Amino acid sequence: MKACLSPPWWFVIVAGAWAGAALAEPADVQALRVKSLAATCAQCHGTAGQPLADADVPGLVGLQASYIVEQMKAFRSGTRTATVMQQLAKGFSDAQVAQIAAYFAAQPR
Amino acid sequence: MTLQRRAVLKLSGAVGALGLAGCAASMVGTPDKARVLVVGGGFGGATAAKYVRLFSERKIDVVLVEPDAEFVSCPLSNLVLGGSREISELTRPYTTLTKPHGVTVVKDRVARIDPVQRIATLDSGASIRYDKLVLSPGVEMIWEPVAGLREASTQGRVLQAWKAGPETLALRRQLEAMPEGGVFAIVVPEAPYRCPPGPYERACVVAAYFKAAKPRAKVLILDANEDVTSKGALFRRVWADQYRGMVEYRPQHKAVAVDAARNSVKFEIQDDVRADVLNVLPPMRAGAIAVQTGLANTNARWCGVNYLNFESAVAPHIHVIGDALLAAPAMPKSGHMANSQAKVVAAAIVAELNGWEINPAPMLTNTCYSFVDERRVIHVASVHEYVAAEKTFKTVAGSGGLSPAPSELEGGYAMDWARTIWADMLA
Repeated sequence: MKACLSPPWWFVIVAGAWAGAALAEPADVQALRVKSLAATCAQCHGTAGQPLADADVPGLVGLQASYIVEQMKAFRSGTRTATVMQQLAKGFSDAQVAQIAAYFAAQPR
Repeated sequence: MTLQRRAVLKLSGAVGALGLAGCAASMVGTPDKARVLVVGGGFGGATAAKYVRLFSERKIDVVLVEPDAEFVSCPLSNLVLGGSREISELTRPYTTLTKPHGVTVVKDRVARIDPVQRIATLDSGASIRYDKLVLSPGVEMIWEPVAGLREASTQGRVLQAWKAGPETLALRRQLEAMPEGGVFAIVVPEAPYRCPPGPYERACVVAAYFKAAKPRAKVLILDANEDVTSKGALFRRVWADQYRGMVEYRPQHKAVAVDAARNSVKFEIQDDVRADVLNVLPPMRAGAIAVQTGLANTNARWCGVNYLNFESAVAPHIHVIGDALLAAPAMPKSGHMANSQAKVVAAAIVAELNGWEINPAPMLTNTCYSFVDERRVIHVASVHEYVAAEKTFKTVAGSGGLSPAPSELEGGYAMDWARTIWADMLA
C-alpha cells in the first residue's frame, strides 16, 4: 500500500537530477552567448570590461546597466559625441545592448 | 558540464626534453578533459587560447604552439620604421597565457597536421592529439609572381617587413642609411593582403621621418590596385596637405620583377622604377601549414570556412581564423578582426564540446587605427553580424565609419587600443 502512495526513492532522485540538468543547461548556454557578445567590447575596454590602469578609454566593469544603456542610446542619437563609439553603437540592437549592460553590471570590479 | 569528447595527448620523449614533462603528466592524468590545440600565437591564436580557457571556466585543456619566444605586434610596427617607437614597446611575453590562464605554451612549429586522426606533429617530433584545432597561421609571401624577389629578400637587399621583428629593424637601418635626397619606394600587392591600410600608413610615417631628417627625400607608393584600398580619401588628403611634394601615389603598378643590383622594380605595364630603398610586398596567401594541409581551397590562397563557427570547409574540427581566411564581404585582414573571430570560435568550441547548440547569431567588431605621423591618427570601424540566410557575415547597416580627419585625440586612443588588445589576447 505504502509503495502506491509515494514514488519509489530512486524515481525521486533520478527525476530530480534530470530536472536540475534541464534547468541548468539553457542558463549556461545563454550565459556563454552573452559573454561572447560582451567580448566584442574587450579589445578597447579590456577583458570583461577591466581597463588598463593608465588608459583614457574607460572600463565597463561594474557600471550600472541603466547607465550603459543610456550612453549607447546617446552615442546612437548623437547627443554624446565620440571618435569611434557613435559608429560602433549603431551596430548593436537594443536587446544586445541590454544583455551587454547586464553582463558588465554584474562583473566584480 | 558534460564534455562529450575525450582526448589523450600523445607525447614523444622530445617534449619531455623541452621541459614539458610536468604538463604532459597532468594531461595524461585527466583524460576526460577535452583538448583544444591552437596553432599560431598572433592576434587570432593567442586570443583563442585565452578565451577557450575563460569561456570553458578552465575545464578545457588548451595547448598553444608558437615558434616565436615573444609576441611582437605588427600594429604600431610602422612607428618603429618611422623611428618614434622601439620594438621592445611592441613586444609582450607569452608567459601570461600560462599563468594565470593555464594555457600550455609550446615553443615549436607544427610540421604537419593529420585532420583524420586529429594529430599535429611538431618540428621536434612530438605529436599532439586534439579534439578541436584552431589554426591561426597568418600569411606567407607568394614569391613567384615577382621574379628575383625571393633571392633579393633572402640577401637582405629588398625587404618586406610585413611581420614585425628583425626585418622591421633592418628596414629602419636602410632608411637611416639612405642618402639625403633619396627615394623610398613601397610596392603594394593586389588585394586581398594582410592589413589593407598598412602600406599607406607606412608611407606616411616614413615621410614624417624624412620631413624631420631628410627633407629632400621622397616616398613613392607603387600600387597594384586601381586605388588606395583603405581610408583612401583620408590618406590622399594627408599626402596632399601634410606631405605635398614628398609622397607620390601611383596606382596600377603591378610588380613582376626586381633587380637588386640596380635597385629597380619592373612592372607589368608601367615603366621600371629605381629607388634607393625598395620595400616590395608580393601577393600573399594563407600561412604555409594551412596550404600544406589542403585547407586553402580558394585559388590555393585562402581558407574557406563555415562562418558560423569558422570550421574549415575542407576538414572538420579545424577552425581557421585571422588573415589566412577567405574573408566575408568587408571583413578586413586585421589583428582586431582576428581577435573578434577568435572569440566567436572559442564560444562555438566550448558549446560544441558541451553538446550545446552554437550561437546562431555571432557578432564581430573591427577598429583599425592608422598613424599619419608619430602622433596623429585616423580610424575605420565596423560591426559585422552573421546573416543566416546567406551563411556569411555582413556589416550592420548604418553602423561603422571613418575619422573626419587625423587627430592627436585618436593618437592617444590608438595607443590605448594597442596596449588593451595585447592584454585582451595575452594577459
